[in-house]
Amino acid sequence: MTDTASKPGQTEVWITGIGLATSLGEGLEANWAALQEKRINVDEKGFAPYIVHPLMPVSFDAQIPKKGDQRQMEAWQRIGTYAAGLALDSAGIKGNKDILSKIDMVVAAGGGERDLNVDTGVLTAEAKGANAPGFLNERLMSDLRPTLFLAQLSNLLAGNIAIVHGLGGTSRTFMGEEVAGADAARIALARIASGESDIALVGGSHNGERKDLMVLYEFGDFNLKDKFAPVWARKDHAGFALGSAGAFLVLESKAHAQARGAKPFARLSSVVADLARRKQPGDMAVTLEKLWAKLPKREGKGAIITGATGAEPATSEERGFLKGHADFPVRSTGTMFGHTMETQFPLGIALAALSISRGALFPPNDSTGTEIEMQGAPTQIVVVGAGHWRGEGMALVEAVS
Amino acid sequence: MTAPRDKLGRPVVVVTGMGIMTSLGAGKADNWAKLVAGESGIRTITRFPVDGLKTTMAGTVDFVSVDPFSSTGLSERMAELVTQEALEQAGIGAKADFPGPLFLAVAPVEVEWPQRRELGRAVGKPDFTYDDLLRISGGGKYAAYHHRFMFGSVAAHLAETFGTKGSPISLSTACASGATSIQLGVEAIRRGETDAALCVATDGTVNPEAMVRFSLLSALSTQNDPPQAASRPFSKNRDGFVMAEGAGALVLESYEAATARGAKILGVIAGCGELTDSFHRTRSSPDGKPIIGCMNKTLADAGMTTDQIDHINAHGTATPENDKMEYNTTSAVFGELLQKIPVTSNKSMVGHTISAAGAVEAIFSLLTLEHQRIPPTINYDTPDPTILFDVVGNKARDARVTAVMSNSFGFGGQNASLILTREPA
Repeated sequence: MTDTASKPGQTEVWITGIGLATSLGEGLEANWAALQEKRINVDEKGFAPYIVHPLMPVSFDAQIPKKGDQRQMEAWQRIGTYAAGLALDSAGIKGNKDILSKIDMVVAAGGGERDLNVDTGVLTAEAKGANAPGFLNERLMSDLRPTLFLAQLSNLLAGNIAIVHGLGGTSRTFMGEEVAGADAARIALARIASGESDIALVGGSHNGERKDLMVLYEFGDFNLKDKFAPVWARKDHAGFALGSAGAFLVLESKAHAQARGAKPFARLSSVVADLARRKQPGDMAVTLEKLWAKLPKREGKGAIITGATGAEPATSEERGFLKGHADFPVRSTGTMFGHTMETQFPLGIALAALSISRGALFPPNDSTGTEIEMQGAPTQIVVVGAGHWRGEGMALVEAVS
Repeated sequence: MTAPRDKLGRPVVVVTGMGIMTSLGAGKADNWAKLVAGESGIRTITRFPVDGLKTTMAGTVDFVSVDPFSSTGLSERMAELVTQEALEQAGIGAKADFPGPLFLAVAPVEVEWPQRRELGRAVGKPDFTYDDLLRISGGGKYAAYHHRFMFGSVAAHLAETFGTKGSPISLSTACASGATSIQLGVEAIRRGETDAALCVATDGTVNPEAMVRFSLLSALSTQNDPPQAASRPFSKNRDGFVMAEGAGALVLESYEAATARGAKILGVIAGCGELTDSFHRTRSSPDGKPIIGCMNKTLADAGMTTDQIDHINAHGTATPENDKMEYNTTSAVFGELLQKIPVTSNKSMVGHTISAAGAVEAIFSLLTLEHQRIPPTINYDTPDPTILFDVVGNKARDARVTAVMSNSFGFGGQNASLILTREPA
């Protein structure tokens, strides 16, 4: 198992910036208000029978002023570059050249946003008999936009963030669906805790309004169809509703934050991750228990924010794990935001930090009893991220003492 | 003889196992023999029709069979084979029980054309929309394609096969990915999280759409005939890189752990550095500052000075811009010393293995240290008069090599450098 907990002698790591652009809105106020009102934004018609949580429209100009930059990106990159800008604003370092020139970036990304017209054009022409050996080559040479490739490359989310916001430290892009988001936070935390880095931008973005992605998940029958239900109420109607979201965090050593007078939302104390084999029923729950045991001791008022997808059998296994920790009120980001894949874990950390800083966990939104009310202010929130197919991650977010 | 810690007090990170595969062949012995003989692995593509393509050659790995074929499947198989080679050499852990994490550099994964076409045929009518494709994708018939085309699929397969510990990381920093995988391993060992790390980089993505994508960005050489002469780093008549496939695996260990178990030390990762260029998506900042900063950061990380570097394994893609920029920045860092530093580009022979290149070239650099012989840069018949590197042109050169700098630069402003040495400093 790999873990990065702050060890004695290691520096404390604070969350000093949060940027959110989601299906519920842009910025911390809009997202918090929607959570309080239990407002969910789902589209059951646009991709019917599939359900998505579409991005609440934002004015990209506000964070990506050059139209030329916007044109060079596809939606997932625009959402991420936008949310990254919000996080830098939130941390008070937007435009701060001294800090941005050294900030380290760890991004969790998918990629491959396709031009559906080109794909469909090739396939229908072939269905009508086009079979010359070079047919595909010629069509791709003439039909693909030259810059589309750059909008597809996984590491070009980080590249665009660097260009638009002027970041000049290190830049690493992790792939691998849900757990990539946990690993991004894990590595960034480890680097700051050990003194390799002072400050980092961590997060991801996802465009859930993509039929090419739906095809990929439909191969495994993972898409939620026909009717929306909270994640915990999908047992007999399993699946995830893809969501669009960008979630970025500024992580910073306590000393670096204090030196510039930055206030923390919360402390990121530990991130752990593993790869359960998931060959037998229960394998995943065993791994979740192991990760739980690896987190620093929880003595405060605790809660759990999970990115449970709604896909089976993963969600049922996770529910079993949660039952063993029933003293921790649970909240599901999948119900409220949809499944944002690589972004779900950073989103969970963001909401944990926000809940701690606002002195209240957001209300439950669940008819099955898995989510219960919480009285008082949480001081420790465990973020859980178990992938729909593989990969398990956990983080502990705590109030700064 | 040497301290287990470096000048900055961190554990020294050594290499105890290496595995490699390129268009030249499988394994260190075969690759090295062909590399120093100046052989090219570039050939006309036979895997798929090349009609209508501007570039018709590549450094494909055709001697590894994958069924059903996919670029991701080939990447996975190559990664598995090079890891086996590296683990055999290192003799570490037990079978399927590697005592550390996996860091995998891998090309971004997506559903590929053979599968997309299969879906198109399955619709069963001549006129259809994307929704028709979506509607027939479910039901379990194509479940294997979900599993294959998850971004994490290759890393998960390697983690299960070799029993690496924890959550395996799949990463992409474009053409610097291989170097980044090594850097992540080095950092994990230096932090004391682990005594060993498995760093693997693989790329099997010579397919029609990948060729078209790079062609549309005018990045590929079109000197198709003869293919062996297409990749011309540092030459006046260079016109782009040649896409290639390959993989490299390195077993990294702390010096202390390696010596404690009596492992043979193949070399040292003395320093790594990385610096983002925020100038442009595909071009370097004209002043070269990010690349210069990257090399300087790497020297500082190694606790070394420019006079201690006696060979540079260049990124050397043979694109007009890269080679010029690489010379300008390298000369800014090394000054007059540069005249005395032999420089070579392995890409002249194996092509550009993209996601794998950083690891492939780190391994070639370590073999250079072992054999005290620098592989040539072939096709170096018409030197670019503005690139005043001491290029090891066309013929391998025997030389005293104690420290190699290996550079990787990629789209998205990714710059990464490594310094490899024979012995701990």
